[in-house]
Amino acid sequence: MKIHEFRAKQLFERYSIPVPAGGVASTAAQAVEIAKGLGGDKWVVKAQIHAGGRHAGHFSEQAHNGGGVRFAASVDEVDRRAAEMLGQVLVTEQTGPSGEEVGQVYVEQACEVEHNLYLAVLVDRKLSRVTLMASAQGGEHIESIASRSPESVSKIVIDPLLGWQSEAMQKLVSALGFNGKILDDIVRIGASMYDMFIELDASLIEINPLAITPQGELLALDATVTFDDNALYRHADIRSLRDQGELQWGELDATLHGLNYVKLNGNIGCMANGAGLAMATVDVIKVSGGEPANFLDVPPSVEVERIKYAFELLLSDPHMKAVLVNIFGGGIMRCDTVADAMILAHQQAPITAPVIVRFAGVNAQFATDRVKGAGLPVTFAENLADAAQRVVEAAREVSPAVRRNWWARVTGRVDRDGDEGERKDS
Amino acid sequence: MTVLVDKNTKVICQGMTGRQGTFYAGEALEQGTKLVGGVRPGKGGSKHLGLPVFDNVQQAVTATGAQASMIFVPPTNAADAIGEAIEAGIALIVCITERIPVLDMIRVKRLLENSASRLIGPNCPGVVTPGQCNIGIMPRGIFRPGRIGIVSRAGTLTYEAIAQTSANRLGQSTCIGIGADPIQGMNFCDCLQLFLADPATDGIVLLGEIGGSAEEEAADFLRRERHTKPIVAYVAGRFAPAGRRMGHAGAIIEHGAGRADAKIDVLKTAGVHIAESPATIGATMARVLSAAQ
Repeated sequence: MKIHEFRAKQLFERYSIPVPAGGVASTAAQAVEIAKGLGGDKWVVKAQIHAGGRHAGHFSEQAHNGGGVRFAASVDEVDRRAAEMLGQVLVTEQTGPSGEEVGQVYVEQACEVEHNLYLAVLVDRKLSRVTLMASAQGGEHIESIASRSPESVSKIVIDPLLGWQSEAMQKLVSALGFNGKILDDIVRIGASMYDMFIELDASLIEINPLAITPQGELLALDATVTFDDNALYRHADIRSLRDQGELQWGELDATLHGLNYVKLNGNIGCMANGAGLAMATVDVIKVSGGEPANFLDVPPSVEVERIKYAFELLLSDPHMKAVLVNIFGGGIMRCDTVADAMILAHQQAPITAPVIVRFAGVNAQFATDRVKGAGLPVTFAENLADAAQRVVEAAREVSPAVRRNWWARVTGRVDRDGDEGERKDS
Repeated sequence: MTVLVDKNTKVICQGMTGRQGTFYAGEALEQGTKLVGGVRPGKGGSKHLGLPVFDNVQQAVTATGAQASMIFVPPTNAADAIGEAIEAGIALIVCITERIPVLDMIRVKRLLENSASRLIGPNCPGVVTPGQCNIGIMPRGIFRPGRIGIVSRAGTLTYEAIAQTSANRLGQSTCIGIGADPIQGMNFCDCLQLFLADPATDGIVLLGEIGGSAEEEAADFLRRERHTKPIVAYVAGRFAPAGRRMGHAGAIIEHGAGRADAKIDVLKTAGVHIAESPATIGATMARVLSAAQ
């Protein structure tokens, strides 16, 4: 789970990691009030999105070239900068081309910077250890620096049996060329980051940059914190920080129903049981020349209601032209549960879009018979390749005029009175 | 010969009395798995599915000589259950439980070092030697005893590959679902090593997915090994958007790393044959095998 910079900084304060004074605003007027309250004569206005690279990013459909982190030398300028960002879509290297809409800006006192450091605590998957990474060359280009000259990034790998080792951190910071009070402060910040990581079940805590001011003060100018979704059950306070504003169409509803749903840009709705199979379903649609409207993984379930909800979610997507249901029954997830869910959904709101169904594994035949017996206007596919081909074809051909008869055409039936495609539409 | 499990492997089930444990222990028994008991703290001395239930793993091992354990304990206690199995010297621990916190798994991995145990999972479908032993949740009816080793980070997608190799009359020697969690027990390299050394395995199917670097490590490993067995890989998530978690904790593309295309490229350079579509995994293996013979 990702949280915004301003929330991350609030957590930093709890762990005595120094941050500049600031406040969060949803309107330009609020931003001005915050700037006045903070005082001083220079501020930073920062777009709050869940992605890095904000400074070098750009706003789509905006005349100015400024990114998502901009300085203001007057209160009027704070007003203008905030107005330019709020409600706009910020595109950065990490957001992808569709960008993220800015709902809030964070206004901070600007400070002078003598040197920028990089500090992060994360999980090294290869080593299966929590690891602290540090570099004397902090800033937005740390990733390219790190990949060009990995030796400029130092690491401490933490043994879970031993826990945090202050001496290792002292050695590391001293090797970066620091001493005296600054060394002590950096070591202390590292320890706080590690404590926070362990206590809150974080999966990443990154300070980039950690600034050293001309007065020798340390300040976390940016903060990136993500949490382990699997551990949220033991952190109710962290769960409540979730920003629901940035989920796309259908995603919040899906989350509430325990589904793994990611909105994509195409017109073929698809669902599968299991994340790998769901990804493969997206892949096979693409490889067959179609455009998936979403990724939807239905976790193993015996609850007809949940699966029915998933099916309805696909059918209600305004961009949907056709739907592929790809279920490989196994264990407690049986094909007939999915069949029942589809039948129930159809009884409440008749299916009008082309739906291709591929059942395999446990109770596949039984489920197929049930759906056929209930007279659902759906097409059954032999296997995964067949299913993909049929759904891509259906999505391509469908238009208001042909939609009524799609089923007869896809199944190769002769159009005649009482034809099933017609019957189901009535 | 097969890898990891066969008809003589004695298995216990931790969490056997729960809903999932009951269902899959029953399935395992019906498929001839040598399931010898279950563990459920507080229910020691009772019987379940006709098998003895023990309070802890050590008692179960002492009484039954179990060598393997399948774990269906909820995520809040699963790390603890794995730790107990390690302490009791279980040789093969298969943890089906999903959503175990990462920090818990880091502690488990530390315990595994210098231990006599191997861990498969967590968040995995398990391990199956068709007709001999089924530990986990893979559905019966899709297997066919044969000579293809399957190793997979995915769940149900594994069944797809199994069904396709069965449909192509190749069959499987052993199928291992290692799961897709960021911190896991056995990885691709560990399993590839077993399959490469197994005389009963003629070809290997590797199912990868976006996120992490397991496929890259597998490619490195294969480049170093001198081997002649044909290997077919499919990497799921070629069209996944960056930065979004695609159902699995590990399946996320962060900052451009972990992309499917990059994984496919390095696997190709290691001599691995790529199935371009998830619908052609079995057909690709059949083609590659017949070309090699």
